[in-house]
Amino acid sequence: MAVKGQRPHALTDVPFHYCPGCTHGIVHRLVAEVIDELGCEGKTVGVASVGCSVFTYNYFNCDMVQAPHGRAPAVATGVKRARPDNVVFTYQGDGDLAAIGAGETVHAAARGENIVAIFINNAIYGMTGGQMAPTTLPGQVTQTTPYGRDVKTAGNPIRVCEMLSSLDGVALAQRVTVDCVKNVKQAKAAIKKAFQYQMEGRGYCIIEVVSTCPTNWGLAPQDAVKWLRENMLPYYPLGVYKDIGEAKE
Amino acid sequence: MGERVLMKGNEAIAQAAISAGCRHFFGYPITPQTEVAAYMSKMMPKVGGVYLQGESEVASINMVLGAAAAGVRVMTSTSSPGISLMSEGISYIAGSDVPCVIVNVQRGGPGLGGIQPSQSDYFQATRSTGHGDFHLIVFAPSTIQETVDLVNKAFDIGDKYRMPVMILSDGMLGQMMEPVVLPEETNTAKDKPWAACGHQGKRKHNVINSLYIDPNELERLVRERFEKYKTIQATEQMAEEYMTEDADIIVVAYGASSRVSRSAVDMARKQGIKAGLIRPITLWPYPVDTIKKVAKTAKVFLSVEMSMGQMVDDVRLAVNGAVPVEFYGRTGGIIPTPKEVYDQIVRLNGGVQ
Ligand SMILES: Cc1ncc(C[n+]2csc(CCOP(=O)(O)OP(=O)(O)O)c2C)c(N)n1
Ligand code: SF4
Repeated sequence: MAVKGQRPHALTDVPFHYCPGCTHGIVHRLVAEVIDELGCEGKTVGVASVGCSVFTYNYFNCDMVQAPHGRAPAVATGVKRARPDNVVFTYQGDGDLAAIGAGETVHAAARGENIVAIFINNAIYGMTGGQMAPTTLPGQVTQTTPYGRDVKTAGNPIRVCEMLSSLDGVALAQRVTVDCVKNVKQAKAAIKKAFQYQMEGRGYCIIEVVSTCPTNWGLAPQDAVKWLRENMLPYYPLGVYKDIGEAKE
Repeated sequence: MGERVLMKGNEAIAQAAISAGCRHFFGYPITPQTEVAAYMSKMMPKVGGVYLQGESEVASINMVLGAAAAGVRVMTSTSSPGISLMSEGISYIAGSDVPCVIVNVQRGGPGLGGIQPSQSDYFQATRSTGHGDFHLIVFAPSTIQETVDLVNKAFDIGDKYRMPVMILSDGMLGQMMEPVVLPEETNTAKDKPWAACGHQGKRKHNVINSLYIDPNELERLVRERFEKYKTIQATEQMAEEYMTEDADIIVVAYGASSRVSRSAVDMARKQGIKAGLIRPITLWPYPVDTIKKVAKTAKVFLSVEMSMGQMVDDVRLAVNGAVPVEFYGRTGGIIPTPKEVYDQIVRLNGGVQ
């Protein structure tokens, strides 16, 4: 009997706690498949952040460290500097990476820290029940922007890949999504490239995944995908914002 | 034993850490501890270590968390305002049961305060630096030699109990120079099977974490940690006694203020006043056993601090009403003179006979 699909080895058998239609699960799987394909599980250390994905430390089979809210890039820096042979990645939401941890993100990127950031941009704070995130769209209604995000008072969203792409330490900054098979494949290829760049010691890599949060968007899973396509993707265009290119032999 | 050299307190801290096998240092500049970082940035590349200036104390302490989680000996150093910023990370380090050494070369506060020596972070150091139920082991050296010895011990004791350890110094000890004998570097690599450094396919994955959603599990873990704290309180107290056997008046002081207090005790003894000194070396665990023992024979205690009175609470708890406990302090970066402390001893003695 041919096995068509099975759980990647890099994922434990602990069931995900994510809501139906949430894209966190897909991204976990892609990261795990990349770890399997690169055969690096035994030397990988993941850094879990504070947000809906905090329990990633239970889901990935590699060693894991749980960081304070926003501090994953600094914790990952500590791990990587202590163990340069390890493959180190962070898994962060938009509140974690672009609000409370913006400083740590910018400086890890500027230093060209050899880590990979998997960045889940779902335009909202999921774990705490749907407050405004630094990536919440103009006019978007959240628990703390009940009349829609007014950029005059609540400020403007941050396009993280665009912002970080100006930094010399960044090797790869790419925005992907996982709304359809084609994009899922592209997302996986981007994640794989980021891990490979790290193993070659090329610098900071960030893969931003435009994601859904049906629960806090107040939408059914299918409608959430539609909303993502119609609202998120125009504001956060997919693409490669920086890529220093394959290593020369 | 190594050679005898003349060293500045802050540089001695850095060199002692390197001798203790510390090869990872993360920090952010602040007076009056800057020499620690400067020394580390000069020496670490020479010994194959890592010096990294973080973008803030917040980032630096989290780099410490990462390196400690990965199982290496790691240190950071800062001064008072920096500890405030590190508090979050220190709480996570304690909650994750990973060892590290944190140096606080105290300066005056609150706020930006001043850059002169102070002891006003005693509460912060001993009453848990950050949120939650936890303790740090806190060492308070009073000479440069003792600083070196305690930094060495801090790494060992931290590894032993998987705890953060603080060296509570101050601007005076950090800036002054004294001769020291540096210890020879020994093999300090400890086996840390719990570390997150890659399982190499040989074991289950390690998780370094402080999150426990189930309150029963969290309570159980905190209680376990407090059992460990009990052992530490029973076995790791350190204090020096100076002329306490026949003393009526006991000065209690640590760090810089203990140096002044020792001179004041000598002055009092010359006048025939029976004064003595207890110098706590561990501030947590507090040396209650020494204080309790001496409280059986002494008539009065005097806590001398460079603060408005913080350690005096611990003296009172230890003395437990057996005899009166008084306080004398200067703050804002002012070091009391031996004469000021001597005058207090004379006052408690009811004058000079
Ligand atoms: C210091 C601190 N402040 C606030 C919180 C509360 N908090 C937990 S998760 C979170 C937001 C997470 O949002 P995001 O990073 O976007 O991740 P998501 O939950 O959407 O996946 C906040 C504010 C915290 N845990 N720690
Ligand atoms: S709240 Fe949102 S981000 Fe969190 S698990 Fe549910 S759908 Fe996903």
